[in-house]
Amino acid sequence: MKSDTLIIAGRSYSSRLIVGTGKYPNPDIMRRAIEASGAAMVTVAVRRVDLSRRGGDAILDAIDPKTVTLLPNTAGCYNAEDAIRTARLAREAGLSDLIKLEVIGDEKTLFPDTEGLLQATRVLVKEGFVVLPYTNDDLVVARRLRDAGAAAVMPLAAPIGSGLGVQNPATLRLILEEIRDIPVIVDAGVGTASDAAVVMEMGADGVLMNTGIAGASDPVKMARAMRLAIEAGRLAYEAGRIPRKPYATASSPIDGSIRRE
Amino acid sequence: MTVFLNGQEREAPDGVTVLGLLETMDVRPGRVAVEVNGAVVRRADYPRRGLADRDRVEVVHFVGGG
Repeated sequence: MKSDTLIIAGRSYSSRLIVGTGKYPNPDIMRRAIEASGAAMVTVAVRRVDLSRRGGDAILDAIDPKTVTLLPNTAGCYNAEDAIRTARLAREAGLSDLIKLEVIGDEKTLFPDTEGLLQATRVLVKEGFVVLPYTNDDLVVARRLRDAGAAAVMPLAAPIGSGLGVQNPATLRLILEEIRDIPVIVDAGVGTASDAAVVMEMGADGVLMNTGIAGASDPVKMARAMRLAIEAGRLAYEAGRIPRKPYATASSPIDGSIRRE
Repeated sequence: MTVFLNGQEREAPDGVTVLGLLETMDVRPGRVAVEVNGAVVRRADYPRRGLADRDRVEVVHFVGGG
């Protein structure tokens, strides 16, 4: 398998980076950033059409669903019922079964309500959705989501939009060790390229990010940085790093060096 | 009759269809999804799905998001 191929529910995507489409300064910068990121899948939100403004669906004017796969989300849903309704509407609007499932449990941290998340996952899987749930870094919840039929699990690195990077590497590592049969995609909290490289080096199958790129001073340049970081991190993971040691080991031969007799 | 369109009360012609309502909104039917009283209406059904007084209609589309 190629290093940069991500397989979700039997479908191959040419990048391990999934990017959001929110909060860009303008549609042109968004379009160029998505291109620079190399992402094959982008997230979108589902919202009421604004009745006071005619036309104005800029998101599909800026993104061609033939060149990138749309991954609709259920952002803003605080219970399973609303998330399920939103997913059904998303399927009708986008004609695809993919859904990034969010059931939020807390306004300040935007941490997931894992009980509602599991409930919604079970219902949507039964209805034929390819469910990608945004979850916390809890191994037991990740396992239950997998057992409920989720196509991937998407634990957070840190709160959405925080840019803190991985806060609990030890717990994330446990999920990466345990969940091997479906992709583990780290979703949220990546602030800069090294944050993305770190989770890929840990063995994550992919990373989903929005603010880290859209909020950068130069989103197009950051998108390229993230692309390179994801590729570098994945290659390093596959290459197998050297063990950490407390003392030095010389890189040059000991024999044959000149010395004072 | 009155329908609740995206949470707002609106006057609509008696028996208007989903497609008819979308046309008054200047919305391209191919880019939205519609729910009536909590149930999704398939796109193919827009021309024949009639609305009744007090129906709750949601018309959504994709916007930027993470």
